[in-house]
Amino acid sequence: MRTRFLSAVAAAALLVAGCSETSQPTSPTSSGPKGSITVFAASSLTAAFGSISADFQKAYPGTMIHFAFAGSATLVAQIQQGAIGDVFASADQANMQKLVNGGLTAGSPSIFARNKLQIVVPAGNPKHVTGLADLSRAGLVVVLCAPAVPCGHYAAEALKKANVTVTPASQETDVKAVVTKVALGEADAGIVYLTDVKAAGVQLQGVDIPDSLNVIADYPIVVLKDSQDVGLAKAFIGYIHANGQRTLAHYGFLPA
Amino acid sequence: MASSRRRRGGTAAPPLFILLAAVGAAFFVLPLAGLLVRTPWASAWQLLTSSEAITALRLSLLASLTATVIAVVVGVPLAWVFARIPFPGRAVLRALTVLPMVLPPVVGGVALLAAFGRRGLVGGWLEQAFGIHFPFTTAGAILAETFVAMPFLVITVEAGLRGMDARFEDAGRTLGARRWTLLWRVTLPLVRPSLVAGAVLCWARALGEFGATITFAGNFPGRTQTMPLAVYLALETNPDAAIALSLVLLAVSLVVLIALRDRWLGTA
Repeated sequence: MRTRFLSAVAAAALLVAGCSETSQPTSPTSSGPKGSITVFAASSLTAAFGSISADFQKAYPGTMIHFAFAGSATLVAQIQQGAIGDVFASADQANMQKLVNGGLTAGSPSIFARNKLQIVVPAGNPKHVTGLADLSRAGLVVVLCAPAVPCGHYAAEALKKANVTVTPASQETDVKAVVTKVALGEADAGIVYLTDVKAAGVQLQGVDIPDSLNVIADYPIVVLKDSQDVGLAKAFIGYIHANGQRTLAHYGFLPA
Repeated sequence: MASSRRRRGGTAAPPLFILLAAVGAAFFVLPLAGLLVRTPWASAWQLLTSSEAITALRLSLLASLTATVIAVVVGVPLAWVFARIPFPGRAVLRALTVLPMVLPPVVGGVALLAAFGRRGLVGGWLEQAFGIHFPFTTAGAILAETFVAMPFLVITVEAGLRGMDARFEDAGRTLGARRWTLLWRVTLPLVRPSLVAGAVLCWARALGEFGATITFAGNFPGRTQTMPLAVYLALETNPDAAIALSLVLLAVSLVVLIALRDRWLGTA
């Protein structure tokens, strides 16, 4: 009975291990990069990285870039728990530092883009929000990211610089959720990244936060220690630093 | 007892079958064991008695219990209608009722916004007429939990009503019982096990609700941040606290599920 149970456990473990194996080990050949890698990237990079990887795969046929997009902190937790991937791109330094400190990276991270905050309001700005100070106005429904999430941390920093106290209606778990709440008309304003406003399209618009009050977010990228294909991982990161810059700028990112 | 002797005497099931059952059991036992192994026992008490944890737990209990009460009040009549009254479109309506069980909860949250949000079908009117505001309020968290959890009650009670011997109701009617009396004294007592099981399932589902709540009601401590939301956010900054919180959620549900099963369903 006991051995039966144990073998069942072993079988289950094998099954789980089999499922988590996402990238196949590949050997880089002399004719440029080949094979496939998995990139863990902050959700604010979704559109830009999708476009860059399409260009990359066109430039290097035979390569395949898989993505896992989520909040930076969630991705760090996944990598710490043993998720197998090749590259990690974070929306802030703090989360990247957790992986570096944990010895889970190969080499040191490099900054490939920057982002800054903007106030997001519905198109036409019906509540006439002109700056951070307006966000404390009574009756204005404001949503922010939770303090634990980078965008929430940055928003708190900017509000502190502006000496404004905001009581948010909700502390969302990621920046896209803030955009959604404003887009659906449930909230009157939110603080998000410049790139999110740009990606949101015509139903939303941004209200600038002056640089003196704004927070600049650095986006670092690194090869992960457990990468199955360091060659391709490095090639992709190199591509982001070079050809990818134009695409990143197109999506509203500031140069590194 | 005869039944237990028979069970002990013949392990009639083929070994492969037992093996599969063991794999099935492992799916439930292993994640729990993993959580227990990871639990930071030394600091657990301190993590759990933090004001954030207590606020979230209190809100979770309030919201899930209220959701269950609402589900019983409107779900039992709905189940009764499904079981007893044939009408055109019944199959479609029943399918719609069960939909939240298979719908990704986040989609459910968006649907709720489309109905009860500021710009929703009835949301604007509710706000103007009654001052009821759902998004970003505890009422919204309760509504989201009710939406996701009520199907469990409805299908369980409906199954109970269909499985029940209709002759008792007939007998009551021929003896002159009025409709309410019949319902209170005959029908509901007969389906009590299904009712309790359905309510417990409903409550357990409401307690664990995450996606619809965060989409529809948002996340704010003390107002809409229930335990699952607190756990999710704690994972970002303090995984130890997240594990400790999940454990409380698990313990509370497990104790209630076991206790109720023994007490009311009589199948220990």
